[in-house]
Amino acid sequence: MRKIAIIGNGISGITAARHLRKLGDDEIVVVSGETDHFFSRTALMYIYMGHMTYEHTKPYEDWFWTKNNIQLLRVWVQELKPEEKQLLLSNGEHLSYDQLIIATGSKSNKFGWPGQDLPGVQGLYSYQDLELMEENTRNIQKAVIVGGGLIGVEMAEMLRTRNIEVVFLIREKEFWDVVMPKEEASLIGRHIIEHHIDLRKETELKEIIAGDNGRVNAVVTKSGETIECQYVGLTAGVSPNINFLKESGVNLDRGVLVDRYLRTNLPDVYAIGDCAQFSDPLPNRRPIEQVWYTGRMHGETVARTIMGKDTAYKPGIWFNSAKFFDIEYQTYGHVWNELKENEQQFYWEHPGGKKCIKFVYHKESNQLLGVNTFGIRLKHQVLDQWLGDKRDIFYVLKNLREANFDPEFYTRHEQEIVECFNRQHPSASITIKSGIFSSLFS
Amino acid sequence: MRLIQTTGLILFLLGFAIFIGSFFLSNFQITKEQLEEVLTESEIKTLEPHLQHMVNQEYGSNFSFIHDLNQTFIEANEFTMETYGLSKVDLEAIAGSSGASYPRDFSLDVLDQVFNSGDEVDIFKKKAFTDYGGWLDQRAYESREGLLGDLGSVAENFNKYGIIGQKGFDKYRVKDLKYELAKSSSTGPVKDSPWLFLGLTYALGILGAIMYILPKIKSDGPPGIRNNNIHFSPMKHRGWLGIVTGTFFISFYIFLYYFPEYMTNWIIMVDPVSFLLKGSPAGRFFLYGFLYTLTILVMGTRMLINYRHSNYQIARTISVMFFQTSFAFLIPEFLLRLNKPFFDFKNIWPLDYDFFFDNELSTLINSGSLGIFMLGWGIALIVLGVPILVYFFGKRWYCSWVCGCGGLAETLGDSYRQLSDKSLKAWKVEQWMVHAVLVFAVVMTAGVLYTYWTGSSEILGLNTYGIRETYGAWIGAGFAGVIGTGFYPLMGNRVWCRFGCPLAAYLGIVQRFKSRFRITTNGGQCISCGNCSTYCEMGIDVRWYAQRGQNIVRSSCVGCGICSAVCPRGVLNLENASEKSRFNKPVLIGNDSFEVRE
Repeated sequence: MRKIAIIGNGISGITAARHLRKLGDDEIVVVSGETDHFFSRTALMYIYMGHMTYEHTKPYEDWFWTKNNIQLLRVWVQELKPEEKQLLLSNGEHLSYDQLIIATGSKSNKFGWPGQDLPGVQGLYSYQDLELMEENTRNIQKAVIVGGGLIGVEMAEMLRTRNIEVVFLIREKEFWDVVMPKEEASLIGRHIIEHHIDLRKETELKEIIAGDNGRVNAVVTKSGETIECQYVGLTAGVSPNINFLKESGVNLDRGVLVDRYLRTNLPDVYAIGDCAQFSDPLPNRRPIEQVWYTGRMHGETVARTIMGKDTAYKPGIWFNSAKFFDIEYQTYGHVWNELKENEQQFYWEHPGGKKCIKFVYHKESNQLLGVNTFGIRLKHQVLDQWLGDKRDIFYVLKNLREANFDPEFYTRHEQEIVECFNRQHPSASITIKSGIFSSLFS
Repeated sequence: MRLIQTTGLILFLLGFAIFIGSFFLSNFQITKEQLEEVLTESEIKTLEPHLQHMVNQEYGSNFSFIHDLNQTFIEANEFTMETYGLSKVDLEAIAGSSGASYPRDFSLDVLDQVFNSGDEVDIFKKKAFTDYGGWLDQRAYESREGLLGDLGSVAENFNKYGIIGQKGFDKYRVKDLKYELAKSSSTGPVKDSPWLFLGLTYALGILGAIMYILPKIKSDGPPGIRNNNIHFSPMKHRGWLGIVTGTFFISFYIFLYYFPEYMTNWIIMVDPVSFLLKGSPAGRFFLYGFLYTLTILVMGTRMLINYRHSNYQIARTISVMFFQTSFAFLIPEFLLRLNKPFFDFKNIWPLDYDFFFDNELSTLINSGSLGIFMLGWGIALIVLGVPILVYFFGKRWYCSWVCGCGGLAETLGDSYRQLSDKSLKAWKVEQWMVHAVLVFAVVMTAGVLYTYWTGSSEILGLNTYGIRETYGAWIGAGFAGVIGTGFYPLMGNRVWCRFGCPLAAYLGIVQRFKSRFRITTNGGQCISCGNCSTYCEMGIDVRWYAQRGQNIVRSSCVGCGICSAVCPRGVLNLENASEKSRFNKPVLIGNDSFEVRE
């Protein structure tokens, strides 16, 4: 029986632990200084907003870990000593291992702004960050968020539930346009403004200024404007949380370098999740994948390799989702922020301006390459199938009803979408498959 | 906007305060006329001597009035016992002189000599002894002690069961009379101007509530899920306000079911409405129905506004508002007005646990073709309606679209849905408890029907009236009412539906084993955030299934659709589809490294 240590009890580490347990009876120890139990990091915002308590964010009841014989150790790891196969812990003790999985996640980016370490200035990633945010935003009137992205818009939403005025500085022309095409970016931007966020596009932070009490008091933008505030959220992305590995001998770049099997350069040491960086990234994928779903897949995959069933990480069709205030977003396949040379797009937006759908397809073959959808839920399985089968845009539009995952009685837009496409492509004249009766008696 | 809402809140609280205040606001004065109106002639004769001091006496509070009234009935019953009870002297006399020789045969003829005065008491005693002690006639006795022993047990039985029922006031009659007397002898402002109080309480309260609720369209921002600050709220997270509210609900139900005589002012207040609808004064269940319907309408409006982005929630909410207002409230009252049996066409046995009670059956059978239709309709719902509709739509067609208990839970109770216990332990308790109640309901009904057909009230040594009384008090009133609604702010809005409702158990069994309904999960999109589980009023750990890509097929799911509404990633959907795909193997899409089975 081997002893497998996992650093980090987020989705990656915990998924690895669960799958290791499914596959064998090795001793499993999960080490984390953050919390006693696994919680859903993506739900941190809901704790602050009062939608849930911390208890609600735990995906498994506390007895689950004892029942499955997964040991949980609440302590920080300070150092990895690969020669001795040991971890030095913050309580001074050592933990030995036979196999080690590093799943330490991320930390918020700070780009060396003057004043970035002042009290009242923070990022949001960990449970401790949440506690700090609770502290930092108590009885304040105004906050500034720096950096557009998912965490930025979440933080804005969080602060609004406490009636705190929010100024949202983004460097880009449109919200998150490094990822989003401009139509979608502008749709989200409008919705952010609808929620009374003061969204300042193309505005960069120059410095953060302290008041007499030593806490943040204002920010100054590169254009010289001073914005008074009592809180600054730094949400310009995250980067791997690997400082404690600097002296360990494990190969690092921005993250812990791993091969397709999630192995590091050191024997019996693996890295997964946000902190892992593929030295040879897969086509169309980033070297560091900072997404819940990929973290989970890393965990599922590494468990098999450790259990002797060597399994290369081979993710399927890309997918992701998010929610921007009230607008849900899903994406399948690849929709880049700008069309690539051989790509063509079809975009439909609802007159209400809160729903839209975009299809990107190949110019010549018409093969579907990616879909973005806002305010309309699509079936993952169907899109996965279509993209995998290399279906063309005509097939997809014709069968669009089949992909809808909206609740019953919701207004359906397939007809409008297809009509819109037909107007733009008079030669196409697609007729949509009516699905009402077939779905009722399927 | 804020001002309107604050004013609304103040008006609502004012209306509520007047409502509470009116509970204590009555004076009572019993007059001779009222006694004649409420009591039968012989009852007056029995009660009057003990009630003398209360007649024309003014009482300033319901508590002192009811206290004296209680005392009166106790005294009257005690006096009746003394008068009509078989005393030791009576028994000695019946046994005959100690000189008689034994063994001898006992004969009832002796009664003619013992009770010979010809007055009412003697006549009663003689008849009673014959009824209860007929089996002693011509029995052989070895000794006088033996005879006295048997006589004693006759007397005991008779004293215990024979007197109060015939000459005194049994507990049911006492309960009725206390309520009737309290209502008719009530004086004071509410009695004088019920319309005024109706306005000051209900109208003011509704106006206030609407003023508080409607501006949410603007003040809560664009349509969307707004569960903000729920877990910091003293009302919605078992804080002091939740406890106060729960205490009020619980007290209300205890008075309603067990001590209605204290709440006569509330009933008098709705008398005018009752006269409008059915042409007769209100009873406590009219008050209850009225209050219940208004609550569902007002809180349903709140629900409609909160979920105005979701057509499913809108349709469902309008449906429960409609069924409560028409089927549960207006139609039965109109039926009464037309001299037809009170009948709720959407209520289904065994939730409607007295559907098969002898008095109910007789009423329906004696009400001509309409009554027979009602009987057939009720049975058809049980044997056809439930299985067929659950097969096509899941139990939601009833529980969260039609049912009155469900209607209240989904409107008034919506703010408390997050308080249900999601633990595995709670699920185990729920399975045992809800099915135990179903078994209880079936056994109770079987006993009632046995009695109905055979006329015998004993089955396997159990008294069928006893069983049904126990069911009514503990399940029908205690569990469904006091705990079911009273505990909304403490244990969530579906305590009854989840742990107690026998109909939910029946619907659930069909849903689990033979239905097209399921909640599907969307490939690999779940992020385990927990919103679905948190807001599941039935305490289903929805996330457990969603995060492993498994359809949710649970007997308890009432299909409210809130899990799907609060999901930030579009993972959950309520669907009716082929049974084949229903129990799917849990597979997560997205990782092609190997097939990920959870």
